[in-house]
Amino acid sequence: MPRVVFAQVLQRHVDCPPKDVTGSTVRAALGAVFEDNPRVRGYVLDDQAQLRKHMTIFVDGRAIRDRTTLSDAVQSNSEIYVLQALSGG
Amino acid sequence: MSLRVLAATRKGLFTLERSGPRDAPWQISRSDFLGDNLSLAYPNARSGKIYAALEHGHFGVKLHRAAAPGAPFEECAAPAYPTKPESLIDTDGFGKTIPWSTVKIWALQSGGPDKEGVLWCGTIPGGLFRSSDHGASWELMRGFWDDPKRQQWFGGGADLPGIHSVCVDPRNSDIVRVGISCGGVWATRDGGATWANEGEGMWADHMPPEQKFNPNIQDAHCLAQCHAHPDALWVQHHNGIFRSIDDGKTWVEIENVKPSSFGFPVVVHPREPDTAWFVPAIKDELRIPVDGEFVVTRTRDGGKTFDILRSGLPSQPAYDIVYRHALAISSSGDDLVMGSTTGGLWASDDQGDTWTTTAARLPPVHSVHFLEF
Repeated sequence: MPRVVFAQVLQRHVDCPPKDVTGSTVRAALGAVFEDNPRVRGYVLDDQAQLRKHMTIFVDGRAIRDRTTLSDAVQSNSEIYVLQALSGG
Repeated sequence: MSLRVLAATRKGLFTLERSGPRDAPWQISRSDFLGDNLSLAYPNARSGKIYAALEHGHFGVKLHRAAAPGAPFEECAAPAYPTKPESLIDTDGFGKTIPWSTVKIWALQSGGPDKEGVLWCGTIPGGLFRSSDHGASWELMRGFWDDPKRQQWFGGGADLPGIHSVCVDPRNSDIVRVGISCGGVWATRDGGATWANEGEGMWADHMPPEQKFNPNIQDAHCLAQCHAHPDALWVQHHNGIFRSIDDGKTWVEIENVKPSSFGFPVVVHPREPDTAWFVPAIKDELRIPVDGEFVVTRTRDGGKTFDILRSGLPSQPAYDIVYRHALAISSSGDDLVMGSTTGGLWASDDQGDTWTTTAARLPPVHSVHFLEF
């Protein structure tokens, strides 16, 4: 199962431990997290459900390309890292 | 109860109290959200709740609420924009794309005494929200947002336009006025269903001739209304100081203000409509105090004359600027407090004649309020 891991700095604001999920895209994988933990959604996505300007997501070490619809594919053993981009710091 | 001050800063929310008699320094008695950026805090005297608007660089805008002073803060709903129609091109007066996403919480104001649970919230990029349940949920004033005149607005200082001032009319809480940078002054007279840009007389020196007097592009930095005489309104404008004494129908520029009429905040005495305070800077393109002398100005005669108040303020060159929400007046009209961009905080209990400060070196101050409950 894909595994979603959130940056430590986010966990200062909202509890979001690593989670194994189902889903074949980044959006589906994150959606599975948000279903159980809806508060996290607003910290990662903006009001239009796009990746926040100063957030980034890596799938198996590569930054995703589709920040708008989060359509990047994930594999059953992918690791999805959700973290802050230094640009917003 | 002695007055306390709530100061929202770039790096935390601080409660300050005076350590002794009236000339004693102010001291921090409580800190919340240390290290986090707050655009403002709002103690709601009507409900007893305290609101803290956080602006995380990475994680967006969040709103927290404490049930009472001293109670723990808990996150509540932040105002959020609806899904933008795919085919819609939404741009501001400069042609820049308007994001349908809350960028900043720039105003929080309780509804009137007959509006239990109502809270108004102004935001960048220009949406006004209303909550009827103390901030548990929010509704965008959609008619206002969808008004095509909004697309004439633009940012002033900020990248995008925003609503920074909300004045609920003490005579009728269905009348609400908002100040917009840069969109002039708008009002509703039916509780928010319909809105109109109101008022003639403000003008913008920095705009081309065809636009100078357009009421819908005026850079109102801050809007204030006298509680006991609500027909009296003041605006600290990008271009100077303006006043209305006819319920906002017309605005008259206050001229020849020394040392300057440029600034961000204005507060008006709750019972004396001719008495108002300002914190001047040189001018729009030079935002420092005139001659490095940090002063407050006060008029008691509706802008005919101004006192320059400096007792207790820095005697050496000081380059503090006071943002639009960082000057506040108490309900008595005697106490003032202000916080500056360089972390200074001063309070006065004699209408600004003398000021006392705090030894604490605060982060840049974004908003101050007296905590009177």
